[in-house]
Amino acid sequence: MSIKKTSLNNLHIKYGAKLVEFAGYQMPIQYKDGIIQEHKYTRSHSGIFDVSHMGQLFISGGDDLTNDLEKIFPADLKKLKTNQSKYSFLMNNKGGILDDLIITKTSDGFLIILNAACKYNDYEVIKSKLDNQYKLNLDESLSLIALQGPEAKNVLNKVIRGCDSLKFMNGNNYVYKNEKVYITRSGYTGEDGFEISIKHSDAETFVESLIKNGSKLIGLGARDTLRMEAGLCLYGNDLDNDTSPIEANLKWAIPKSRIETEFVGSEVLKNQFQIGVKKLRVGIKPDSKVIARGNTKIYNDKNQEIGKVTSGTFGPSVEHPIAMGYVDNNYSTVNTKIFLEVRGKKIPANICNLPFYKKNYVKGEINV
Amino acid sequence: MSEVKYSKEHEWIKLDGDEATIGITKHATEMLGDIVFAELPEKGSNVDKDGTAGVVESTKAASDVYTPVSGEVIDTNQMIVDDPSKINEDPEESAWFFKLKIKDKSEMDSLMSKEEYEKFAKETSA
Repeated sequence: MSIKKTSLNNLHIKYGAKLVEFAGYQMPIQYKDGIIQEHKYTRSHSGIFDVSHMGQLFISGGDDLTNDLEKIFPADLKKLKTNQSKYSFLMNNKGGILDDLIITKTSDGFLIILNAACKYNDYEVIKSKLDNQYKLNLDESLSLIALQGPEAKNVLNKVIRGCDSLKFMNGNNYVYKNEKVYITRSGYTGEDGFEISIKHSDAETFVESLIKNGSKLIGLGARDTLRMEAGLCLYGNDLDNDTSPIEANLKWAIPKSRIETEFVGSEVLKNQFQIGVKKLRVGIKPDSKVIARGNTKIYNDKNQEIGKVTSGTFGPSVEHPIAMGYVDNNYSTVNTKIFLEVRGKKIPANICNLPFYKKNYVKGEINV
Repeated sequence: MSEVKYSKEHEWIKLDGDEATIGITKHATEMLGDIVFAELPEKGSNVDKDGTAGVVESTKAASDVYTPVSGEVIDTNQMIVDDPSKINEDPEESAWFFKLKIKDKSEMDSLMSKEEYEKFAKETSA
């Protein structure tokens, strides 16, 4: 299979991107400024992320769609208002996560944003579970651009008027150059921000106008350090088909109203809700400057292996190494002393609260 | 006059008598990106040619630092441990890694000159 390019590929090259292959796409890992500057610019101003590799799945048709989707996803879709979004999961029968995703109710159905590496499999799984009764469109004619940071609303409002009135986890239709664009107020950096679904042919001029208004392109490298500081999971690192949302410490995303109802994986989840889990995702703060990356083994003070790091890096805003991983639930309490095996040495660390970096949301506008 | 040579692992080495100063090249720092961690060999320890003698980490990944020649570690640069970003700023001068009392000057013979290294770096990164 040949490597795919997004509609912003020429723009990435123009702005000096270092390109890498990611989930079958040629994507920018960083631009000229480098990961730390890009990370800090997103936190202090705003950053533009090409996330067009992600899947935009539109599902429509039929009065029973909401009911049928609730048999797949543990979200309260009946209560969802048009243009409202929820974070949820596609799971297997064992409650293992096949993908984490955002579901938005649209005027004629639902839009689900899927991870790039999972999207084709998700499509097949959802389609077969819906028994081919509905219209599914994994729309590859649309680009997806995220604009994140405290200045995101001011920058975007100069290009598309009125979008600053959107509430967090809500979306709406807007017009850009006489074409419909769909904007949601959401993101994955721990900052206020937006995701804009736009026709490929308009994506480049749209991004150039964001840049003219003070924003900068940000690569996948900084996207990774930003999401880690915000304590957010990356599918494939921190989540996989052998890990449930309860183990991943994401039970807040499963509403109480759905726990007793049936959906794919509900038996396992119900059980875990009642009797607890053996492993749990935690935040980890090393005492020293040593960075513990994914797959680093975790030990207790008796030198027994108790878990594994799933993501780790240096946090540019917190100016310290950060990590997250799974430990035996007996060791998941905050301030528990643990040891990380890095290059043969046991590095002391503590279990800590997530996120590492507190959200920079605008007061009064955002409901968390 | 001191002699500067370069290794295929992107280290530079400056020799003054039997004392060598070793660091990583500007080209290496450009490939690594923002450096956020540095680990150096212990003073008084012995290192062997082409063996591991330290670690640098960027936001993305960890990389070993190798020594291009054998010797005893007589000094290390605490500045780059305290502030690893100095390695990006001034890799071939103030942000040196360690100094060795070298054992065998002939180990320098297999290393590259500046011109040879520049050609090598250009070819391998293309």
